[in-house]
Amino acid sequence: MAMLEVNDIHTYYGNIHALKGISLTVEEGEIVTLIGANGAGKTTTLRTISGLLTPREGSISYLGKDIVGTPAHKLVYEKMAMVPEGRGVFAKLSVMENLEMGSYSRDDKDGIARDLERVFALFPRLKEREKQVAGTLSGGEQQMLATGRAMMASPRLLMLDEPSMGLAPVLVDAVFDAIVEINKEGTTILLVEQNALMALSIANRGYVLQTGQIVLHDDAAELKNNEMVQKAYLGMD
Amino acid sequence: MKKTFTTKEIINKGLLAGAVVLSLSVIGFIALLAERELIKGWFSLGHIFLVASPFAFAYVTTRDMEYEGNAKPLQTGFIIGAVASIPLIVLSFLAVAIDIRQFLSNVSPALIELLTFGQTPVLGSILLLLLFGIIGVFAASFNIIPENIRHPLVNALVWTLGIATFSEILLSRVRSLLGRGLVKVIFSGKSLNPIFAIVFFAAVFGFTIWWDKRGDSFKEKLENLAPAKRKQLSQGQSILLMLVILFLPLILGSYLTEVANNVGIYILMGLGLNIVVGFAGLLDLGYVAFFAIGAYVMGVLTSEGALGLDAGFSFWTALPISVIVATLFGIVLGIPVLGMRGDYLAIVTLGFGEIIRVVAVSDLFKDTLGGAQGILQIPKPEFFGIELVQPGELYYVVLAGVLLAVFIATRLRDSRLGRQWMALREDEDVAEAMGMNLVSTKLMAFATGAAFSGLSGAIFASKLTSIFPHSFNLLISINVLSLIIVGGVGSIPGVFVGALVLVGLPELLREFAEYRLLIYGVLLIVMMLVKPEGLLPDQRKKRELKSEAELDWAEK
Repeated sequence: MAMLEVNDIHTYYGNIHALKGISLTVEEGEIVTLIGANGAGKTTTLRTISGLLTPREGSISYLGKDIVGTPAHKLVYEKMAMVPEGRGVFAKLSVMENLEMGSYSRDDKDGIARDLERVFALFPRLKEREKQVAGTLSGGEQQMLATGRAMMASPRLLMLDEPSMGLAPVLVDAVFDAIVEINKEGTTILLVEQNALMALSIANRGYVLQTGQIVLHDDAAELKNNEMVQKAYLGMD
Repeated sequence: MKKTFTTKEIINKGLLAGAVVLSLSVIGFIALLAERELIKGWFSLGHIFLVASPFAFAYVTTRDMEYEGNAKPLQTGFIIGAVASIPLIVLSFLAVAIDIRQFLSNVSPALIELLTFGQTPVLGSILLLLLFGIIGVFAASFNIIPENIRHPLVNALVWTLGIATFSEILLSRVRSLLGRGLVKVIFSGKSLNPIFAIVFFAAVFGFTIWWDKRGDSFKEKLENLAPAKRKQLSQGQSILLMLVILFLPLILGSYLTEVANNVGIYILMGLGLNIVVGFAGLLDLGYVAFFAIGAYVMGVLTSEGALGLDAGFSFWTALPISVIVATLFGIVLGIPVLGMRGDYLAIVTLGFGEIIRVVAVSDLFKDTLGGAQGILQIPKPEFFGIELVQPGELYYVVLAGVLLAVFIATRLRDSRLGRQWMALREDEDVAEAMGMNLVSTKLMAFATGAAFSGLSGAIFASKLTSIFPHSFNLLISINVLSLIIVGGVGSIPGVFVGALVLVGLPELLREFAEYRLLIYGVLLIVMMLVKPEGLLPDQRKKRELKSEAELDWAEK
């Protein structure tokens, strides 16, 4: 049984039909990516899975449990973590305080200390800036912090929303390397990206979204070679 | 950033200063304050406010001035001061020429006499111009004289003017604590004796010079003490502070203790609102509602009048009930506003505050709440059979409430719930993504804040022995919010400072009462410009503003 099974969900913003029957699965240990243009419904899909939005129809099962209607904060205790779009660090708190907030859902002190070491090993930059106020970090460092903070909940499924947005190319590489590293250590990843080439180069499988529907689903390598994907998302003729 | 000023700019500054002092004059503020004489036969508080504006403008302008080249700060100060007097001179000539009180009813003969020093208009105008010019030079000189003279000078000025301003209250305290003999030396009439003022000024001046010189070695000595000794010293300090707080009513006398009690009531409310606004970042403008609920529950339960329940509730049994009812209402208000943020939340809470007052004043519950007549004959608290009637006795009830509230607020701030509030204040979505239950976090903030306010209201009702709906108007919410802002949002010691400044001082300067809102407005604007983090800010807030400044700097 898949770790995450999304079955034909329909999500609305008021009267606007944003998701028109999305189905996808994520297996334990995979990196799965959702790619698509602006407004295709990538972020809405993530927000629906994480409980911030409730679908009107359809079902979502996570670790064998139906989670439709479960509030977002409870899902964190089920080891599902999300890094929101635009990073959303607590700008006025220090790096360390941000990471502590990430471990809010836990009370095993030893485990928290271990995970903190892990985050610092993954992002040495954060260790250097431990006491700095998060709002003064660079964009790339803030993305590292948001990812590190999500890791502090020791998630089994980590969902990232546009981690490359607004970052310099060299930082994009660093962030994607970290994602691969996190995945190797055993965390399953669901990645939403506009930078389709980057996302497909690290993912196992990919889904292509268009106006609230999945139009294509395949192995990442196949998608990369798909003529339509190349044309629409990879900028090749 | 130093800059050079052209003559035109300097004259503009002077006219601006003149406009400020002119408006203070025509609204009657200066003439009113002139009734409080500071130093017998010399000058009054009105004079101080008269020269405050040219002083400030001259000081700030010469501070920002480029001193290189042919800039002459003293001359600049004189020009600003002299120009500032022109609008007032025009006013005093107008007052002679036409019946100006038709248009500006506050331009009284007393004001004109003050402006012309009781002389003829021409001579008076020259004197005023010279005075303002000298004040400008004086203000400018603060930027030139060396620090080791400036500091003692500022200290001596502030202290002398300070005790002179409060001389009437000090007089009565000195009389009852130290005897009549001393009163004759220090005061003359209700104001300061000129000779004493000079001696005092010189003493503070001399002491500060000595302290600046000797202070460093003294501090070094203190730091070189053995840790055990130092600990003893700090323990001694806290014991001393506790003793002072415990015996404060004896030192203050009944009038000042009554003022302290009022300040205490506001501190209690401030501590509660500080949790809602400062910790959790939920802007609540209807905070007075819970104060009213606490007061009304206390009134209904204990009143010995026609409206009381007559169920044998004493102050102490009714107190927890008042707090619980206020808390419940806090939750009731919290539920509908859960999904609201920022401005919308402020508007809804504002409405809630008004609803409670309107319900209390309406005829709907006239039989239980007394409508516009309010509830009378609420008994004062009793303590083991002793009725606490005097301000000095009620002081301890207020003190107990404040100490309890400080303890709870401090513990909550450092708790897991405190962290939740902090995350909520910074970013609701991320807080939820971290696994925080926003519903319970928000409701806990509203409930705790309401509990403090309810406690405050209950004590207030029992202290006054009667309550009326019009005591619970919007202004109280605004007052409490202002005192938090002035003290420093999110800072617990800041609540004390804010309450002392915004509730204590106006009580002591009764003349200000009429202009209270004007002063609040000016104070808030000045605070936001000069010290946006508040008088005693929270450590985090300080860091935040500092980091923003660093960011600005980095961008440039």
